[in-house]
Amino acid sequence: MEAFQEFFRELAQTYPKWNFIYLYDPAQTERVLTGLWTTIKLSVVCVALSVVIGIIGAWLQGSPIKWLRLLVQGYIQFFRNTPPLVQLLFFYFALGQFTPTYAPDGWVEVPIISNVGWAILSLSFFAGAFNVEIFRSGIEAVPDSTKEAADALGMNRLQIYRYVVLPLAFRVSLPSLNNNLVNLVKTTTQAIVIAVPELLYQLVSIYNDYSTAQNACMVLMFLVYIVLVGILVMGMNKWERNMRIPGYGQN
Amino acid sequence: MSDTAWTPDQPIVSIKDVHKSFGDLEVLKGVSLDVKKGEVICIIGPSGSGKSTLIRCVNALNDIQSGSIKVEGLEVNTPNLNKLELRKKVGMVFQQYNLFPHKTALENVMMAPMLVLKQPQEEVEKKARALVKKVRLEGKENNYPGELSGGQQQRVAIARSLAMNPDVMLFDEVTAALDPETVKEVLTTIKDLAADGMTCILVTHEMGFAREIADHIYFTDRGVIVEHGPPSTFFKSAKDPRTREFLSQIL
Repeated sequence: MEAFQEFFRELAQTYPKWNFIYLYDPAQTERVLTGLWTTIKLSVVCVALSVVIGIIGAWLQGSPIKWLRLLVQGYIQFFRNTPPLVQLLFFYFALGQFTPTYAPDGWVEVPIISNVGWAILSLSFFAGAFNVEIFRSGIEAVPDSTKEAADALGMNRLQIYRYVVLPLAFRVSLPSLNNNLVNLVKTTTQAIVIAVPELLYQLVSIYNDYSTAQNACMVLMFLVYIVLVGILVMGMNKWERNMRIPGYGQN
Repeated sequence: MSDTAWTPDQPIVSIKDVHKSFGDLEVLKGVSLDVKKGEVICIIGPSGSGKSTLIRCVNALNDIQSGSIKVEGLEVNTPNLNKLELRKKVGMVFQQYNLFPHKTALENVMMAPMLVLKQPQEEVEKKARALVKKVRLEGKENNYPGELSGGQQQRVAIARSLAMNPDVMLFDEVTAALDPETVKEVLTTIKDLAADGMTCILVTHEMGFAREIADHIYFTDRGVIVEHGPPSTFFKSAKDPRTREFLSQIL
């Protein structure tokens, strides 16, 4: 370990453009690790929330109540037609001013929704808008005749939805969902603009403090996201394979 | 209500002066027919003559504008129809099989009795296995619909309907989507059913089969029953010119 750190310290002295400071300076290592951990937490929470939003939204879109459908439609338009970067800024700097505050230490007033909170809300609703459309297309791909057969067997609407429509719709939706979730994980980097201490924020801070570490930080950025998104894609692909029905949807 | 008044010596299905329109297009223009318990009737006629619509109305998959359809005394044409009660009496098999693609053959058969009739799994499975055997598909229990041929899928669909223990079976052009070789295996299954005393209403283009199996044949054209009779007289001495023309094209 000592030798390892020594190697990179010397490398930085010999080639000042390649200062892998986070590999020998424990304080910087700590920053990278907390940043990575924040990115992972942010991704997991947003992925889960956006999927829940997608399912509920798709369900509401099939509602017989008109204003509910309009509400969902409005939500989708709002979040799909604005850049996530603009949403983050808008949520934190515009809406953030109007949320109530509280004073945990009795002195400093803190808004009840922190910058991390706004990042989670904004990113989840952003990806959720796309998930609604993805799940809706899956639901619409289930043939009426299949639902009719279930109806003719005496199943009620809820049973048809739960046991016939959803299992089939979900399988149809998975590839598009996969894409959207990959995008979501990548979009978490934009939370940097409201100072969420995720990986990009930490790496940028490091090379702002130590300008020779710029190249090394850039390399790490790419590597981490390749691996992180790679793991997600592998998981999703495995899930897709497990859900595959022999002889269905392959021709 | 007259439900309780029904006795097996009365027609099990009684259709009286049924009118049905899709928008401006009137597809049934006053159709009446009776089916006795244990009887097998075949409805034949050119495409668009309303024969499929007629049997779909019996199962309340389509509603009717006027007239009366009674199944075991249960009036179908009423806004407060207990659909579940009707569906327990009437089984239906479709042209495109409409199996649940994400369930195995056995699960397809088991689904409705478990969900709708809330019968215990063990009992349902035992019955389902017997039904799969009855439609001569032993060994295919764990295959998914996508792994079965059209004829095999259609026989699973028949077993699935039978699992609900219906008193009347409706067959809507069940061999129309099959290749000639597999038509026979499905027809054999229906023949077995008829021999067991099941009341069957078939819409079919299989004239040879109709002649062999039917107790009574109805010929429909442009929304009315043009001619009917037992196969022996119907095929030999059709009186109406439209019937004769249709038969000459088919036979």
